[in-house]
Amino acid sequence: MSETPFEYAPAPESADIANLRPAYQMFVDGKFVDGAGEPMKTVNPATEEVLAEVTTAAASDVDRAVRAARRAYDRVWGRMPGAERAKYLFRIARLIQERSRELAVLETLDNGKPIRESRDADLPTVAAHFFHHAGWADKLDYAGYGPDPQPLGVAAQVIPWNFPLLMLAWKIAPALACGNTVVLKPAETTPLTALVFAEICQQAELPPGVVNIVTGAGEVGAELVAHDGVDKVAFTGSTDVGKRIQRGLAGTGRRLSLELGGKAANIVFDDAPLDQAVEGVVNGIFFNQGHVCCAGSRLLVQESVAEELVARLRDRIGTLRIGDPLDKNTDVGAINSRAQLDRITELADSGDAEGASRWTSPCPVPERGYFFAPTVFSDVQQSMRIAREEIFGPVLSVLTFRTPDEAIAKANNTPYGLSAGIWTEKGSRILWAASRVRAGVVWANTFNRFDPTAPFGGYQESGFGREGGRAGLEAYLNV
Amino acid sequence: MSDRLAVAKTYKLYIGGKFPRSESGRVYRVNDAKGGFLANAPQGSRKDLREAVTAARKAFPGWSGATAYNRGQVLYRIAEMLEGRREQFVAEVTAAEGVPAKRAQALVDQAIDRWVWYAGWTDKLATVLGAANPVAGPYFSFTVPEPTGVVGVLAPQDSSLLGLVSTVAPAIAAGNTTVVVASRERPLPAISLSEVLGTSDLPGGVVNLVTGNAVELAPWLAAHADVNAVDLVGAPEILGTELERAAAGTVKRVFGAGRAGQEPDWTRPPGMERLRAFLEHKTVWHPQGV
Repeated sequence: MSETPFEYAPAPESADIANLRPAYQMFVDGKFVDGAGEPMKTVNPATEEVLAEVTTAAASDVDRAVRAARRAYDRVWGRMPGAERAKYLFRIARLIQERSRELAVLETLDNGKPIRESRDADLPTVAAHFFHHAGWADKLDYAGYGPDPQPLGVAAQVIPWNFPLLMLAWKIAPALACGNTVVLKPAETTPLTALVFAEICQQAELPPGVVNIVTGAGEVGAELVAHDGVDKVAFTGSTDVGKRIQRGLAGTGRRLSLELGGKAANIVFDDAPLDQAVEGVVNGIFFNQGHVCCAGSRLLVQESVAEELVARLRDRIGTLRIGDPLDKNTDVGAINSRAQLDRITELADSGDAEGASRWTSPCPVPERGYFFAPTVFSDVQQSMRIAREEIFGPVLSVLTFRTPDEAIAKANNTPYGLSAGIWTEKGSRILWAASRVRAGVVWANTFNRFDPTAPFGGYQESGFGREGGRAGLEAYLNV
Repeated sequence: MSDRLAVAKTYKLYIGGKFPRSESGRVYRVNDAKGGFLANAPQGSRKDLREAVTAARKAFPGWSGATAYNRGQVLYRIAEMLEGRREQFVAEVTAAEGVPAKRAQALVDQAIDRWVWYAGWTDKLATVLGAANPVAGPYFSFTVPEPTGVVGVLAPQDSSLLGLVSTVAPAIAAGNTTVVVASRERPLPAISLSEVLGTSDLPGGVVNLVTGNAVELAPWLAAHADVNAVDLVGAPEILGTELERAAAGTVKRVFGAGRAGQEPDWTRPPGMERLRAFLEHKTVWHPQGV
């Protein structure tokens, strides 16, 4: 591995495919409109260049959007037969498939994730999510919530920047399938694909007001979730903001679902298939630059294989290519924003300060843009910040254990509980460990798998409510 | 009736399978519905509550790890024990709620039957709520319900037995352990129920019962970092918002959000609402291949 005999030729996807426009408007009551807020600029994190100017909402715009959603709920969507709602959702799924290349490139431009991921992971899963939920719309009677389960009404939805369009799909598809209307706020740094999705809603001839997209920073989200006219709030993002929202909704009786942070343990037992485990651990923490709430950010490895595994991990991580997200050979793209890069840098520095040993991939890092080289900390203790706090970046903390019981105890030693990984060839040990980790998603001998039929969500401070599958419908039904 | 002087019972807390007095040494007077003296009940303190949470947490691995069949048998055993003390509970509910004996009888019978209903649920939850997920790839993916953890139950203030059973039984049927704050004015049926629980093969700590003033105790329960969920049905109405705010500090699941202290008609069929409220869904994936 010491020398690379052949260089990769550049294989860039064309940015033109994104049909980028100089300015984007928000989407209220079926129309693209300017908000009364101060316009914001969205930046390509790989180049630090401005991509487009985006209008933002003021309180009056949020109010208008909520009222539009209410009207659409009362007059059209709430009373439409499920079979008709289904057909709209199928249409949307198809339109997403048709425009998936455009959306993938736009997502990569706005978010910084490798085109390989937005093309092969994000977009197919987005379309699948609408396809799956379309079929639910007229089968809710069979979902196990009793006969004729009713929608909640208007859903206020706030999503993060790590999977902009996928998180939108996870929010909008079940809400609409169950008969609710929505006002969704995409993240401040990644609003573009949501606004193209609004265009798709128009192309699908979705009745005005069923989907409304308002843009802006945190205060617009705060305005939206606190609005008296909403019946349901769904939020994906940090645990801190989740707690604030839960506190804010106290006493209102409005329904809430939260998908928050995580600090997942990826447990490698001594009998694990090490080659697969290496791939899985790398995927677990470097997929999407580690901007994944369920990232396997704590590697728990059995002491007897720790040295070998870490050596192999370094070898493998050293081959990851970091750089232009539009290049089809890029493995690790750009960090989404300067603020996030600063946070990752600060937390990684705390690892040094608290005595962990840092190893950084020797791969070249672009001069411009927000990049952070894949980093592994060993000699990590449970008390360190890098073992406790969500870094949300390409930084892996390695801890060791001796017995299976110790592995479980360490895995569960966190207020979070979103996901976990288990690596072992022994079936009985997989099932034993899977039943003992307190986490909503457990990947055994794999990691970071998502599917609309498989419920996703957290235990404890990783939130409540599920997204996907039969269980996910509960968040949007009055049951 | 003979002239014999009855032996009065000392009512105590139920924590970790034992019957301690309140560490605070406090008691308060419990009256019947007409205002006559019934007994002194322990006035549980914040420290009693914390002991109860510790006991509930300690009992959680064993109870949540017990087979559903075993949990079902234990819950059915509770119904058997309650049936055997039916007359006692009729008398206590009559005294506490001031209802005619016939009505009290019906309430006790329903409370017994409710244990039977939930006993039968334990080994059906995974079948009804779980799933084999037909994912689009070479993986086996399944979803199972698991208990949320330690559930703080602010028991109904009005329905001293049926309401209490209707809140505690679903939580423990699903494998949770509980810390229960009993009705302040009507705690005696709850304390007697804890004696039934103590003789029903229910492991110590699965249900912990503290009597006293919910106004005093509820904020600590809602804020306690080792409590995973709270049921607000018996919470003081004026504290509802404050309790929900406290619960947000550790992202607790809140049952009865926005309707603290509002009791439903407990005689109606309970459905699955409370079972679902204190369950998490866990999704497990494994690749398929040779």
